[in-house]
Amino acid sequence: MTPLPRDFWQGFRAGAPFILVIVPFGAVFGVVATEAGLNIAQVMGFSVLVIAGAAQFVALQMMVENAPVLIVLAAALAVNLRMAMYSAALAPHMGRVAWWKRGLVSYVMVDQVYAASTLAYEQRPEMTPAQKLAYFIGVAAPVVPLWYLATWAGAALGANIPAGLPIDFAVPITFLALIVPMLRSAAHVVAALVSIIGVLVFAFLPFNLGLLVAALLAMMAGAEVERQITRRRAP
Amino acid sequence: MSLSDAQIWAIIIALGLGSYLLRLSFLGLIGGRDLPEWVLRHLRFTAVAIMPGMITPLILFPQATGGTLDPVRLGAAVATIAISLWTRNATLTIFGGAAMLFALHFTIR
Repeated sequence: MTPLPRDFWQGFRAGAPFILVIVPFGAVFGVVATEAGLNIAQVMGFSVLVIAGAAQFVALQMMVENAPVLIVLAAALAVNLRMAMYSAALAPHMGRVAWWKRGLVSYVMVDQVYAASTLAYEQRPEMTPAQKLAYFIGVAAPVVPLWYLATWAGAALGANIPAGLPIDFAVPITFLALIVPMLRSAAHVVAALVSIIGVLVFAFLPFNLGLLVAALLAMMAGAEVERQITRRRAP
Repeated sequence: MSLSDAQIWAIIIALGLGSYLLRLSFLGLIGGRDLPEWVLRHLRFTAVAIMPGMITPLILFPQATGGTLDPVRLGAAVATIAISLWTRNATLTIFGGAAMLFALHFTIR
C-alpha cells in the first residue's frame, strides 16, 4: 500500500476501539437532551456543530437549570478550553499543512482522536506532516460518524423512556467515567478536589458563577502543584 | 426549561462556533510556533478543573429528589468511581454505573 492510505488505515484501527466509548456516550446525550425538551434537530445540531460530549452535557445541564444564555456558553466553552491546548500541541506536527486541512483537523479534534494521534506521533517521529494528517483523519473516521448516529439513536429512543426512571443521573455517571482516568497525578487530584470544594463554597453565587470560580481556582491549584513537583525533581 | 427555540439555537450555534475557534486557534493561526509553558500548564487542567465541580451538586443534591441526598444516586456514584478505578475502562464504567443505578432504584424504593 502507498504510505498515505496505509497511515489512514493504521489510524482507523487505532480509533476503532473508541466506538465502545462514543456510542454509549452519544446515545446518553441523545436520551437526556430529548428528555430535557430539545427536538431532534436541536439534539443533532449539538452533536454535529459542537461535537464535544462533555461540553454538550454541561450546556444541557445549565439549560435545564434555566441559566442565562451567556452563562451557559461561558461554562460550556470553559469545558472546551482544553481543545485550545490540543490545538497548541498539534501545531508543531501539522501547523504547516494546507489551511483547509487544518480546518478539517480542527473540526474532528475530540479527546480520543487527539490522544491516539499524539501517541502515534511520539512513537514514530519519522512521520511526515502528510502522514500525520492521514493518521489523524483515520482515527476520526470511525469515531465521528458514530457519534452522530449514536446521538440520533438516543434521541429517537429518548421519547419512549417511561417517566420516573433516574435517567438524569446518566450525566454524572458518564462524567465520572471520564474524570477518574484523568486523575493520573497528584496535581490532577488536587485540581479535582479544589473544583469540588470550590463549587460547594461558592454555591451562593448566582447564575452558576460558582462553577467558573471553582474551575479557575482548580486550574491554578493544579498548575501550581505540578510546578512545585517539577521543581523538586529538578537537580 | 424556559428557553425559547431561538435561544436554544443561539446556544447551539455560538457554542459550535466557539468550540471550533478554540480547536482552530493555535493550529490555524500560530502554525509551527510554541506557547509559553505557564499557559500550557494551566490549559492542561481545564477538564479536570471544571468537570468534578459540574457533577458534585448533581450527586449530592439531585433535583429529582428535591435537592436532598439520595441513597440511590449516591450509591451509584460511589459504585461508578469504584468500577472505574477497578476496570480502567470507560465503557464498562458507564454500563456498570448505570446497572448499579437501576439495581438500587428498583430495590431501595
